[in-house]
Amino acid sequence: MKRFLAFVRKEFLHIFRDIRTLIIIFGIPVAQILIFGFVVRTDIKNAGIAIMDLSQDDVSRKLTDKIISSGFFINTGHLSSYNEIETEFRKGNTRAVLIFGEDFGRDLTREGKAVMSIIADGSDPNAATLITNYAMAIVRDFNMEIAGPALPGPGMIVPGVKMFYNPNLESHFMFVPGVITLILILICALMTSVTISREKEFGTMEVLLVSPLRPVQIILGKVTPYFLLSFINVIMILLLSWIVFDLPVKGSLVLLLAETMLYILMSLSLGILISTISDTMQQAIFISFLGLMLPTILLSGFIFPIENMHPVYNLVSMIVPPRYFIVIIKNIMIKGTGLMFVWKETLILLLMTVFFISVSIRKFRLRLE
Amino acid sequence: MKGNIVISVRNLVKKFGSFTANDDLTFDVFEGEIFGFLGANGAGKTTALRILSGLSAPTSGEVMVAGYDAGKESEMVKRNIGYMCQKFSLYEDLTVRENIMLYGGIYGMSRQLIREQEQKLLDKLDFKEFRNRVISDLPLGLRQKLAFSVALLHQPKIIFLDEPTGGVDPITRRQFWEMIYETAAAGITIFVTTHYMDEAEYCDRVSIMNEGRIVALDTPENLKNQYNALNIEEVFIRIARPLKQTV
Repeated sequence: MKRFLAFVRKEFLHIFRDIRTLIIIFGIPVAQILIFGFVVRTDIKNAGIAIMDLSQDDVSRKLTDKIISSGFFINTGHLSSYNEIETEFRKGNTRAVLIFGEDFGRDLTREGKAVMSIIADGSDPNAATLITNYAMAIVRDFNMEIAGPALPGPGMIVPGVKMFYNPNLESHFMFVPGVITLILILICALMTSVTISREKEFGTMEVLLVSPLRPVQIILGKVTPYFLLSFINVIMILLLSWIVFDLPVKGSLVLLLAETMLYILMSLSLGILISTISDTMQQAIFISFLGLMLPTILLSGFIFPIENMHPVYNLVSMIVPPRYFIVIIKNIMIKGTGLMFVWKETLILLLMTVFFISVSIRKFRLRLE
Repeated sequence: MKGNIVISVRNLVKKFGSFTANDDLTFDVFEGEIFGFLGANGAGKTTALRILSGLSAPTSGEVMVAGYDAGKESEMVKRNIGYMCQKFSLYEDLTVRENIMLYGGIYGMSRQLIREQEQKLLDKLDFKEFRNRVISDLPLGLRQKLAFSVALLHQPKIIFLDEPTGGVDPITRRQFWEMIYETAAAGITIFVTTHYMDEAEYCDRVSIMNEGRIVALDTPENLKNQYNALNIEEVFIRIARPLKQTV
């Protein structure tokens, strides 16, 4: 045990002496939370909208007012002809144009029905969809107001939509769990694989192996500091998102932390596995980035919903561990569900951990032969 | 001959699948001896070194190191040997003192003992001023001396040096060999592999490996006489070449 502690002490010295390591461990998580929280937003606030009102009647003006004052949009200009639309989009501030044709007012009074158009900048499809949805919702609302409840005509079924767990569709509800998932696998797997392959590259691994330290002690000594630091990291991220974004943990904090520990263990064993197949730090970094970062961002359901994926990618995502952890953490943090609802995912993570560890041990033995 | 036997190898065979890396090695190394272990790349030196230091088990044969069976009691073997390789095996981002603390620690030495040994080591190398400097600040020669001393920190009976002088200048090499002599004089056995044939002349006895076998083992003087050569380099070339061509 004393030998082991002397070794762990050295690992901490490595970490605290290297400013780059410290930045990766503590700087990146904070930066990511803040960037994802403040800069990258999937909800709409102050989207630029231009108005082309050729009708200039009472209703069109009222509807325009309602849209502009909703808080989701700001008026970026008034257009007077169709030719100006593209120029307006090219300027870059306008995400959508609201069009009332010349006959809008007349049609409405004569026929009780009129067509207005919304043209959105489709070069950013996600934003365009959101913007048109928001605008349409406002128009529907406006319809109800002018028609009044007394007019339940045909085709007037009005769906009342409510977003459970996240009524305002705040994007950090999605990003905080995602960032935790990404950061943990990044720190644990990347740093572990790098630190172990560094010993190989510098020749110090030979010396450790020749010492009375057992291989198990060497590996455990390597991962212990990262286990502790990652855990501190999670607590830091949770505190930060609670203070800055008011995002509480709805479910059991104990369960969340326990699941997080499991995920950290899984990531560490993955890191060990990576180190057994790479001889240099460069290789380890390359494999970690390509093999972990990208799948975590693209295939875990962090940003792109798994349901929408091509069946092949969906299948591939089955072997991406973060996919399961995202489900777990979202369930516990945001829905407040218990273990009963996430036991399957937990079991999968557990099995993956066992698998990675046993493969690493076999690989390591082979090397020693 | 002289002294006690500290390494005794009998009929050592190591196979990797159908490839025989060590083919029936038999030799003894004595206490306080400087034993040179030569051979071309791929001759099986590294494999033998790994077996002797308890890193891998022999396929067959008996290997006793410092009184323990290297195959079955590798743990005890590891406690009683020191090891230093070409890369000097110190952590460059740690200070001299931290490296000493680490090595003492992983060899299970008490704090008290580490402190005593550290003091001795720093006195001997005249190293006090470097105590709190990180290794990467030290010149190569000093690093090498320090690595050697650190490998001796836990007072092993045998020290294995795997090409310890690779990449250092002749003067530093000379100084390093002086340290080796001193250490051997204190009764510690030195088992050294090297590519420098002039260094082989400094050894008490030299073994030359080729294609997994030991093809020559004697004092440098006897080897030169036997092969009618001026120096070990000539001996080496004469032994290694003809065998290679028959394959």
